[in-house]
Amino acid sequence: MKLSWNDVTPEPLVLNRRAVIAGLGLAAAGPALPARAAVDPGKPNSFEEITNYNNFYEFGFGKTDPAENAGALTTDPWAVDIGGMIDRPGSYSLADIAPANAVEDRIYRLRCVEAWSMVIPWQGVPLAGVLARVGVQPSAKFVEFQTLLRPEEMPEQRRRSLDWPYVEGLRLDEAMHPLTLLATGLYGKPLPNQNGAPIRLVVPWKYGFKSAKSLVRITLTDRQPVSTWQAMQPSEYGFYANVNPGVDHPRWSQATERPIGAGLFGGRKETLMFNGYADEVAHLYAGMDLARDY
Amino acid sequence: MVQRLVDRLRRMPNGIVWLLGAMPLALLVWDTVTGRLGVDPVRDIEHRLGRTALYFVVGSLCFTPALRLFRINLVKFRRPVGLVAFTYAALHLGAWVVLDMGLLWAQLLADIVKRPYLVLGMIAFTILAVMAATSSNRVLRKLGPVRWRQVHRLIYAAASLAVLHWLVSHKIWPTWGMTVGAAILLLLALRIPLIQTNVRKLVS
Repeated sequence: MKLSWNDVTPEPLVLNRRAVIAGLGLAAAGPALPARAAVDPGKPNSFEEITNYNNFYEFGFGKTDPAENAGALTTDPWAVDIGGMIDRPGSYSLADIAPANAVEDRIYRLRCVEAWSMVIPWQGVPLAGVLARVGVQPSAKFVEFQTLLRPEEMPEQRRRSLDWPYVEGLRLDEAMHPLTLLATGLYGKPLPNQNGAPIRLVVPWKYGFKSAKSLVRITLTDRQPVSTWQAMQPSEYGFYANVNPGVDHPRWSQATERPIGAGLFGGRKETLMFNGYADEVAHLYAGMDLARDY
Repeated sequence: MVQRLVDRLRRMPNGIVWLLGAMPLALLVWDTVTGRLGVDPVRDIEHRLGRTALYFVVGSLCFTPALRLFRINLVKFRRPVGLVAFTYAALHLGAWVVLDMGLLWAQLLADIVKRPYLVLGMIAFTILAVMAATSSNRVLRKLGPVRWRQVHRLIYAAASLAVLHWLVSHKIWPTWGMTVGAAILLLLALRIPLIQTNVRKLVS
């Protein structure tokens, strides 16, 4: 039996979604989400800002390196291997994962672990729907994401600066959360290379580095994945990496953030718990000590 | 040939250092007002001021090796170069307080004592401030040359702390920061008598 997209997303929502989400800024993400808007994400940053201030270390460590060096990345053809503890493992095309009629608008805040922030209008599909289609087996507890490894097109991968390929992970309930998005577009355009073309993860309540770019592999597993940053510096980067103003990075405060695009004297604003998405996601962490599981 | 040029340079007034020293600032102001700083001007201003301060610190460390190894005597310019370095360090600190932290005094004061990279930076800045405050001939006479020189040897500490401050403020140590750090290590190594003797033999 082949499942169609309408099996995982109620039809009226598909039809209304663009208008609804554009109006609310967020929310209406799916049946599981409470029918209320989250904190207003604010005015989106410009396309210029979003595409010229990136951390995509495969293309260099500077904020403008990705914009300068990502042009050579080949994103067509592209396939994502979805495997592990699922019923229908295989190589999925972008059209399989994010067919045009399933793509939604989501305006999300982005909070970088470096204490700056942006507001970004993404297009994409909820990861939950994709996972539902491939049939997650009951034994699966975590999802591991892997970024493309292609040193000939990704200059920093020719150096041993990080343990490539880039790996990230989510707990299954985090991955299934309606806010969790596989983004394929930005401002109504295909995702620019420097932003993680052609498909990337977006988890808006976690620090930006959790949202792995240019995905080639999604693996369902029963073991907690070790993310790239966690492997490199476990005291500074935990598995969860939830935005939390009360838990500082060991080397700098996370209490406030500098909104990019606010101008020379824009100053800082207070960082919100779960990046402002506490109403939607706090229940995922009930009973956990988030200072220990940072 | 070189000596003639050095002699001519030495006859120039100290103001030439300030004139040259003002150029990175002028360029930064120009880039700011013409919108060339890109998406995040705050970060660029802050970091460029900091790097420029360190470049002048490195410059001030070059006078002694130049004299000892190459007999290039421009030592009279060392104090103004150091003062330019201090000026950029003060502007860098100001940019952090006003532009980056937005005058959030509670957070920034707590951070200064808590965050290693800020502790390192503040110690380096304090040293530069002490050196700037004791840079006049009047203070030199008052302290006497021996004690004055002892105070001003703190520049080695300031240079090392400043470059560490740069490196540990990033998620990954930046390559250029490590290069400048290597240059500082080299300049410090040239102070070690054994190394100095050997290098002098090598160049003569």
